[in-house]
Amino acid sequence: MQTMTEKILARASGKRSVSPGENVWANVDVLMTHDVCGPGTIGIFKREFGANAKVWNREKVVIIPDHYIFTSDDKCHRNVDILRQFVKEQDLPHYYDVGTERYKGVCHIALPEAGHTRPGEVLFGTDSHTCTAGAFNEFATGIGNTDAAFILGTGKLLVKVPPTMRFVFEGEFPPWVLAKDVILHIIGDIGVDGATYKAMEFAGEAVERLTMEERMTLCNMVIEGGGKNGIIEADETTFAYLRDRTTVPFNPVAPDPGASYVTTKVYDARTIEPTVAQPHSPDRRATARDLRDVRLTRAYIGSCTGGKLTDFVNAAQVMRGRKVAVDTFLVPATTEISQAIRTERLGGETLLSIFENAGCTISLDASCAACLGGPKDTFGRINGHEVCISTTNRNFPGRMGAKEGQVYLASPYTVAASAVTGRITDPREVLGDLEGAGS
Amino acid sequence: MSGAVIRGKVYVLGDNIDTDQIIPAQYLNLVPTIPEEYEKLGSYALCGVLDAPRFVPEGTIKTEYPLIVAGRNFGCGSSREHAPIAIGAAGGKAVVAESYARIFFRNCVATGELYPVETPNRLVDEFVTGDEGVLDLDAGTLTNGRTGSRFELRPLGDARPVIDAGGLFAYARQTGMISKNDHPDVREQVPLNRIVED
Repeated sequence: MQTMTEKILARASGKRSVSPGENVWANVDVLMTHDVCGPGTIGIFKREFGANAKVWNREKVVIIPDHYIFTSDDKCHRNVDILRQFVKEQDLPHYYDVGTERYKGVCHIALPEAGHTRPGEVLFGTDSHTCTAGAFNEFATGIGNTDAAFILGTGKLLVKVPPTMRFVFEGEFPPWVLAKDVILHIIGDIGVDGATYKAMEFAGEAVERLTMEERMTLCNMVIEGGGKNGIIEADETTFAYLRDRTTVPFNPVAPDPGASYVTTKVYDARTIEPTVAQPHSPDRRATARDLRDVRLTRAYIGSCTGGKLTDFVNAAQVMRGRKVAVDTFLVPATTEISQAIRTERLGGETLLSIFENAGCTISLDASCAACLGGPKDTFGRINGHEVCISTTNRNFPGRMGAKEGQVYLASPYTVAASAVTGRITDPREVLGDLEGAGS
Repeated sequence: MSGAVIRGKVYVLGDNIDTDQIIPAQYLNLVPTIPEEYEKLGSYALCGVLDAPRFVPEGTIKTEYPLIVAGRNFGCGSSREHAPIAIGAAGGKAVVAESYARIFFRNCVATGELYPVETPNRLVDEFVTGDEGVLDLDAGTLTNGRTGSRFELRPLGDARPVIDAGGLFAYARQTGMISKNDHPDVREQVPLNRIVED
């Protein structure tokens, strides 16, 4: 009787079953690193295993520069050079180099695009939002450089099996409510350390109806509740996404009917509203409606959480034929999304044209950009006393740059609606659909 | 790092001190394994904290506070190993907090930079920044030199010897789990299982 997370870790450690709290050596299917943590990881690998050591399996190492790419900062370029050199030395096939056609952008979205996220597998990454890949029914979590270097040399990592918290959403989410609202709602319920050391499993009819991109948003922010990993059962939606992306065979897991959970929370999906996290913590929850008096100076759409194609399609639905009232910065997560923004149409108009006509400032240079501040010249970075509403994942002090800045986290619908009005706005207000929302 | 007793000034912080406050992302262009960049990371340790005196005075690279006392969920947020490294590089030796974010705790142990000690009491109300503290890791106590109060802490358990040794790799070599020169093969090395994960 095991949960999905337990089944994956049992399989990865060659055991028939594992229990929460048990330490097991898990065989790693994919290790991902990027330009911020890759150089340090490589440094430790060489120091500990030797300058000429080889990685345990070149097919299982994925290196995706994405954080500090479009900057004049010399050290950032030096860091990408370190990755490049290592890839050459090790002859690694899965490298997505800057300045080439292979460049992708934000690792958590690039991983699935390139077919590196597969059901039943174990993925570690040197980035806390590696948990995004739990949407693909795998065990995926963030680690530090030292653990990553250990994996590079051995292909294994000691992990403690987490107990699982189950979140079930019955029924259907209302119109204009997105996965971002759902995860902000959950984090508001459990707090920023409510899932520490635990797995968060999402289930129920409303979750089953979500697209892969929306499921990724849900799993992406489990770390903001302290969670170790998020996970969702694989289904036709999962398989359809993977069909054109990977030829590697995979083996999904489903929870046993008698699996044991530390908590099970059942929600009526219809009760979820457009939700916002107030500065400076992702668990400072309010409804968008209750914050309608908050004046903004900026809006931001991007990142692994809110810079996927559906996020831009959703924003465009609100912005089409409207003008933004505050500086609104848009940056797609990956180059594939950049391309789609140029070509995808809504009502005969490309997304790019909709955003340009609305008065947005758009960078088609896919990267993490200002989600985590970054070098001073980063696109969209907060450099003063801005009040920003953002589709990103964290609103800690200084997260998007200057610590004087204030960041409100919200869904692409809510961010777009707020950009249009210049204050925090429930999207149903802009779209004339607030009646019947129970106000 | 080793030494059962750590004495010195205490730096007091609140709940949910996240890794962006510990080391703001603009400094993540520094690579911790490059010695001068390791030192530089230390100079920025905790510079993102709101409304607090600088942990490391501007223009210097070391802190006068070897001990940090904090509330819940210390080190939440990013997996950046730069966070415990920055505090350690600045001369911070231990954090005593009510709880830790999982990845930060593990990174403290893996790097050996910092002892992440848990307290069952809310010590942020018992200390002010600048108090003299005595952390006795063997006895599992933290004493406030100003008030004379002594507080019981939770044992570090299996994490302690790993940090004493200087981190995961140093511990594994010291205890013979992996040899100095060989490519380590952990498959048969059961004792490593004793290391606390998170």
